[in-house]
Amino acid sequence: MGLAEALSSGRFVVTGELTPPKGVDTGEMVVKAKDLAAIVDAVNVTDNPSARMQMSSLGGSAALVGAGVEPVFQLTCRDRNRIALQSELLTAWSLGIKNVLCLTGDHVMFGDHPQAASVFDLDAVQLLEAARGLNEGIDMNGNELKGSPALFAGAAAAPEAEPWEAQRIKFEKKIHAGATWFQTQAIFDFEKLDRFMTVAARHNVKVIAGLILLKSARMVEFLNAYVPGIHVPQQIVERLAGSDKPMEVGMEIAVEQVSRFKDTCDGVHMMVMGAEARVPEILERAGVKRD
Amino acid sequence: MIITKPKAKEAVLSMLEGYDKIFVLGCNSCAETIGTGGPEQVAEMSEFLAGSGKTVTGTAVIDPICHVLGAKRALREQGEAVSEADAVVVMSCGAGVQTVSEALEQAAFPALDSVFLGNVIRHGIYDERCSLCGECVLDVTGGVCPVTRCAKGLLNGPCGGMSEGKCEVDPDQDCAWALIYERLAKSGRTEKMAATMKPKDHSLHRKPVKISNR
Repeated sequence: MGLAEALSSGRFVVTGELTPPKGVDTGEMVVKAKDLAAIVDAVNVTDNPSARMQMSSLGGSAALVGAGVEPVFQLTCRDRNRIALQSELLTAWSLGIKNVLCLTGDHVMFGDHPQAASVFDLDAVQLLEAARGLNEGIDMNGNELKGSPALFAGAAAAPEAEPWEAQRIKFEKKIHAGATWFQTQAIFDFEKLDRFMTVAARHNVKVIAGLILLKSARMVEFLNAYVPGIHVPQQIVERLAGSDKPMEVGMEIAVEQVSRFKDTCDGVHMMVMGAEARVPEILERAGVKRD
Repeated sequence: MIITKPKAKEAVLSMLEGYDKIFVLGCNSCAETIGTGGPEQVAEMSEFLAGSGKTVTGTAVIDPICHVLGAKRALREQGEAVSEADAVVVMSCGAGVQTVSEALEQAAFPALDSVFLGNVIRHGIYDERCSLCGECVLDVTGGVCPVTRCAKGLLNGPCGGMSEGKCEVDPDQDCAWALIYERLAKSGRTEKMAATMKPKDHSLHRKPVKISNR
């Protein structure tokens, strides 16, 4: 069952995430993807995350297809103009990639090539519109395609970002531009999640809530300082710092989060960065039943 | 105002390797106003060049060097001070440097780096507010330019990196879209923000842009 079918079936969906190698050896990524595939519905393949140069998300996604794993092809506007973006979407479909997550992209200053030009010829809303056009058989200028894709286009949402009203308007623009499903930034504040879900409920969209497995207070300090859009509250930092087994505290927090998401959202996006083996335990302790 | 920054004096000196007689030219418009190419900086530069073994044949600070005809006339009026020079050090934006390289046989060298079109917040403090993008959107963005003031130039609202109204790139910098929302909300016009803005049409301002009204 693909991601689209899983979401429309109404069951609680689980997605994971992998980053392609900085290099040409996809072996490790494919092994991890196969392990993950046993427990998740789809695996996101990141697009030069934090603007660090890696193998492309298209290449990584194709490798997953080759291994029989359902990818979510992440595509950011940072590095490509509208010609390249549309071209990659067509290529993706021809390689058997169905799911695309249309993203703005982290600024180049966060990465390992801060001297690079930022492109942003399109933004995420305009990229979604472009993907919808391709699905309808036309490019952004109305030229007809020879064979059109049927991409399952989703987008990101930032339920905790303030001012929320500005973010809410953007979220709804993404819906109007054709996004039918969302993966959110990592969520720690359940009241803000509820605020977001109230808006989402007015639309026919699916929401997969983001989760980052916290492993130590030091990791959290790094996330808060260097990863855009992530804000781990002080109270959680203290819970981690006060324990001699921070990883187990992180597991507890993840279980609390998934338990909450299970009742309010359509799925969870697990960003566990190397701790893939712990995912089944989190799901089980949160009471998520997987076939 | 075109905001310029002085290049390191040593860098200017290394451009002038092999050139001995130098004319130093400033611009009385932007560069003079922000203190990078006015009389004081021109005097300082010529003193530095003389102290570095060069012969300074003359100096001038002329009307906007970007005004090609006017600048050519002003250079002619300098007579031998210019004609005897092997090179001209130009203390203006890149537009001015190119006026000089078009007007004279001699080499024209930039003493400044041209950085952006800026607002003078107060003396010595300049902010970039306009990117000269060719398709002004300030009518629908509450008078705040997202093309320039959003680090990503996004046209349809804030990215997920916005935090408490600040930019992911610099927590001291306001998120342009938070400002836009705030301005529009004050006048009850947030519906302006809900309309999707189309991508920019870069075909309208292909480099090098030329306008002829004649």
